[in-house]
Amino acid sequence: MHELGVVFHVIDEIEDIATKNDVKHVNSVTLQIGTVTGIVPSYLTDCWNWAVSKHENMTDCRLIIEKIEAITHCENCNQNYNTIIYGKICPHCQSKDTYLLQGNEFMIKEMEVI
Amino acid sequence: MDKIKIIEVKESVFASNDRRAEELRQQLKEKGTFLLNVMSSPGSGKTTVLTGIINELKNEFRIAVMEADIDSDVDARTVSKNTGVEAIQLHTGGMCHLDADMTRQGIEALNDKDNYDLIILENVGNLVCPAEFDTGAVRNMCILSVPEGDDKPLKYPLMFEIANFVLINKIDVLDYFDFDIDKCKENIRYRNPMADIFEVCGKDLRGIKEVSDYLRGLIYDWRN
Repeated sequence: MHELGVVFHVIDEIEDIATKNDVKHVNSVTLQIGTVTGIVPSYLTDCWNWAVSKHENMTDCRLIIEKIEAITHCENCNQNYNTIIYGKICPHCQSKDTYLLQGNEFMIKEMEVI
Repeated sequence: MDKIKIIEVKESVFASNDRRAEELRQQLKEKGTFLLNVMSSPGSGKTTVLTGIINELKNEFRIAVMEADIDSDVDARTVSKNTGVEAIQLHTGGMCHLDADMTRQGIEALNDKDNYDLIILENVGNLVCPAEFDTGAVRNMCILSVPEGDDKPLKYPLMFEIANFVLINKIDVLDYFDFDIDKCKENIRYRNPMADIFEVCGKDLRGIKEVSDYLRGLIYDWRN
């Protein structure tokens, strides 16, 4: 939905780190993306490939995406379940008293540089 | 041959924006300025509702408005013409949202940037992207209009989770749409039990005084 804007943010951040670490070229960047962030990896990759071509020290920089599964915890029965399949209502006890444990992460994990 | 190495970053993509937003909020606090971030779909009536609210509050507070759009200055001209307060247009250059830096630049561009009581940021019309980026605002206001449907809070979770208060606008056309206002409130509370909800009509000004009184309370709380 807004992958291009997000890619600009990531690249700004990478450029910042690259400057601080005296990096000549960034070969790859690994992102960790939760499955309920609303980010579509294939769109993100398309935007990425276009955007890095505009940065001299990032040409052909590969984007590696690691998915983080969405898991919700139920306060009522204390069990965890898959958020994508069951949403906000606990499949074990039908409680609505639940919260997301993981799955909305959007992290820069690491970058491979020269 | 240069040596390849790995830099571990382990930082959220939004972390730097969140930091800048927090800095901006602190600076505004020192100046006694309340920044309100207004978000909604395109065409929900943001500009009309804001015009009503500004006219209620403009004799009491020094107000400025920043209108964010991809292009044109039609909103800034409308607000300025209908309220007399300073309104500037921010162009996002194709971007679907404003972040903390863009908001700061907007504030810097205001004529009397250090002396406003209330700055209203009308974000880009969009229920997805603006929700991801903290602008540095003190409160987030979301407008949902009747023709959009009562199920919007279910479809756009994050927007309603981060909204501190929600205006259900265009209640004058309730009879013409299959819109269940109680269901809509239930859907908003499902996403965000803490959200305050108001029924308004920007066109005939129903409910605008109540929202303005509520906002006045928030502004005084923020200053003290």
